[in-house]
Amino acid sequence: MTDTPLLQLSGITKRFPGVIANDDVGFAIMPGEVHALLGENGAGKSTLVKMIYGVQRPDEGVMHFDGAPYAPGKPSEARAQGVGMVFQHFSLFDALTVADNVALGMNKEAVGNDLDKQIVEVSDAYGLTLDPTRYIGSLSVGERQRVEIVRCLLQKPRLLIMDEPTSVLTPQEVDVLFLTLKKLSSEGCSILYISHKLEEIRELCEAATVLRGGKVVATCDPREETAKSLAEMMIGTSLTFAERQEPDLGEERLVVTNLTAVSHDPFGVDIRDVSFSVRAGEILGIGGVAGNGQVELMEALIGEYVTAPESVRIDNEPVGALGPTERRQRGMCSVPEERLGHGAVPDMSLWENTILSARTRKGMENNGFLDLGIAQAFADEVVAKFNVKTAGIEHAANSLSGGNLQKFIVGREILQAPTVLVILQPTWGVDAAAAADIHRALQEMARGGAAILVISQDLDELMAISTNFSVIAEGRLSDPKPTGSQSIEQIGLLMGGVHNSAGREAST
Amino acid sequence: MIRLEPRKEISQHLLYLTPVMAVALTIALGMVMFVVLGKNPFAAIFIIFVEPMTDLFTISEMIVKATPLILIAIGLSFGFRAGVWNIGAEGQFTIGALAGGAIPALWPVEGFWVLPVMCLAGVAGGMAWAAIPAFLRTRFNANEILVTLMLTYVAVLLLSVLVHGPLKDPEGLNFPESRLFNESATMPILIEETRAHVGFLVALLAVVVAWVLLARHVIGYQIKVMGQSPKAASFGGFVESRVVWMCLMMSGGLAGLAGTFEAAGPVGQLVPALPVGYGFTAIIVAFLGRLTPVGILLAGFVMALTYIGGESAQIKMNLPSAVTGVFQGMFLFSLLGIDVLARFRIRLARRAPVAAGE
Repeated sequence: MTDTPLLQLSGITKRFPGVIANDDVGFAIMPGEVHALLGENGAGKSTLVKMIYGVQRPDEGVMHFDGAPYAPGKPSEARAQGVGMVFQHFSLFDALTVADNVALGMNKEAVGNDLDKQIVEVSDAYGLTLDPTRYIGSLSVGERQRVEIVRCLLQKPRLLIMDEPTSVLTPQEVDVLFLTLKKLSSEGCSILYISHKLEEIRELCEAATVLRGGKVVATCDPREETAKSLAEMMIGTSLTFAERQEPDLGEERLVVTNLTAVSHDPFGVDIRDVSFSVRAGEILGIGGVAGNGQVELMEALIGEYVTAPESVRIDNEPVGALGPTERRQRGMCSVPEERLGHGAVPDMSLWENTILSARTRKGMENNGFLDLGIAQAFADEVVAKFNVKTAGIEHAANSLSGGNLQKFIVGREILQAPTVLVILQPTWGVDAAAAADIHRALQEMARGGAAILVISQDLDELMAISTNFSVIAEGRLSDPKPTGSQSIEQIGLLMGGVHNSAGREAST
Repeated sequence: MIRLEPRKEISQHLLYLTPVMAVALTIALGMVMFVVLGKNPFAAIFIIFVEPMTDLFTISEMIVKATPLILIAIGLSFGFRAGVWNIGAEGQFTIGALAGGAIPALWPVEGFWVLPVMCLAGVAGGMAWAAIPAFLRTRFNANEILVTLMLTYVAVLLLSVLVHGPLKDPEGLNFPESRLFNESATMPILIEETRAHVGFLVALLAVVVAWVLLARHVIGYQIKVMGQSPKAASFGGFVESRVVWMCLMMSGGLAGLAGTFEAAGPVGQLVPALPVGYGFTAIIVAFLGRLTPVGILLAGFVMALTYIGGESAQIKMNLPSAVTGVFQGMFLFSLLGIDVLARFRIRLARRAPVAAGE
């Protein structure tokens, strides 16, 4: 290993109107090093990596790549130097195939004639199975991320930037990815790894730079730190994790019996004969790889997709044929996976967005007439209690950062005091402190007698908060088991679609 | 090469300013047109845009024209917000006129109840005509743009057939027109000695009701949500097919009512030439008014001005009758063009093969 860093940043400063995103940031990545970039939402990680990838330019400061000055004006220049990036938010075209999308994200000269073959080779080599001829629109979130990763790997990068790459993978897939990354690293490729999962960083990374408020606050070797100490560096205060308590389970509040739902999307996942129940005080966690029917299950549970009346019961009342509003009246609230455009209307203000799902439970609607005062007061309450950072409730939902909007939507549903809550990805994109707050709020609700269903791809989260745990794979649900009673290997197999229940296997 | 980049934040003021800019641009382009035609541009613009507003009679005529435009545009604006593109208001207008006007044409009875019954029939007629695209869209996913547009021609021909046949005036010397409506079947006049009728008050009421629905009612709310984000609407418990039906019933009903008003007001009978394009012009009115009720009220008058001003320009300056249509077309195009500039900024790409020189 040489002493010349592959990438050296010094004095990087980037200002936006009203905010300094990066303030005199400097660090170095050595060749072959797996370097973690840690920080809360808004700490300036995204801005920093965008500058490295040539999406934005720094106002001050210099970057050196392999000893030479490096100032990419656009991503293609960065790619030409050997910098690849897997974004947290995918930049893929739904109406194009996997191969088309890969070709679009590569520099022209790098695209060969046998792209399909290359895609298959690379994806197989790294265990990221992909069919180059499929359309992106038909792929799940997890599969879309594979396209992004494969697209970068095809270009044989010298520096690979990965923004929260593991959130959509099973433990086995994460292991494979880590092997891939370690292999890449041993081949001399450096990796800049951004993640909220501190355990992952401790396992994978050799060095870490911690950002807070746009400044570098610490540089450390994560292998010598604990997850708690890393988190505390990030947020600058001591953390209190949600405490686990043995719950008192009451009667069954949400009962699902032989729920079957055929997806409207020809490439969607059908929900097949799913049965489970959630009792008062229980948090049932449903894990699984993205695109295995989580969204379809939620839509059938909350009434966006209506089914046979008896297949979903709330407090013993059949609701399967009722719509979302009627189910809300009966106590069921929900948080969908997609924040913008599903859980919230992008161009509407925050207070208008409270009307979307809270109008009946919060008494905003009277014979169809809306009480805007209640909506505004409720929006203020959500913003205050869930610490949503916004300039005001008059601002549009799409002006909020992802994490803040998530806090707003979760808060909007929790503060309606539902008796049954269906929540997808409760802490997707929020920082560690806010995630702990959301987890605590969920556990308090459960203690208050609510039945909570958490569908998440974050296994650590599910293990931390759920009472019982189940896995969804290809639209089927494994039998719920007390959390912690299954090994991570068993869970991984379930996520891969191997069910322990022989009867279900036979019915395939 | 010219590239359009979306602007980060569009100021609300700009959105309300663009219709005004569109009017100004249209007037400027109109002046160019008059110069090319060899007319005095200032005199022409004065005759079209200023003179009609200086005289009580022409103002009353503006009210006559603005009434159907406002009524129809208010109805259309709901659908346009929700992404339901009813462009066949002309047909619903025609069927409304037919349904309402058939009553006095067939049974010339007297009574205070005649006009209300005609109005109800007109609303029902417009709704029935709009129900066809609503059903086809919600049941078979048929494109309502095509269905509503094509049904317009069916409606106009249907009116013609009936006026030539069963609705023909028995004492009318075989002219293709119905008998003149009697007193009970005629709209009460609003201003003495003019044709401005109480339908204008109904149009004003529609503006107020539409404002309340949009700002304060769950109907307006769900229409806005459906238009901006159908998946969020579904999460909110709003059903798309219901919104489609609601929008088409509102726009069809109001267009039908406007049709009855027209037959029972300024025309006073059923004639094949009853539909004169209000249903199409109302589309421009709806967009010029930014799909907002108050904006539509103002835009209705601006558009009415082009009708009246265009007519006096024909008489006084010997201009072709197409001048009205040209102005209405220029309004729409100016508005669309300025809207694009308000939402996007133009960038000349640096690596254009040929430099964009003067």
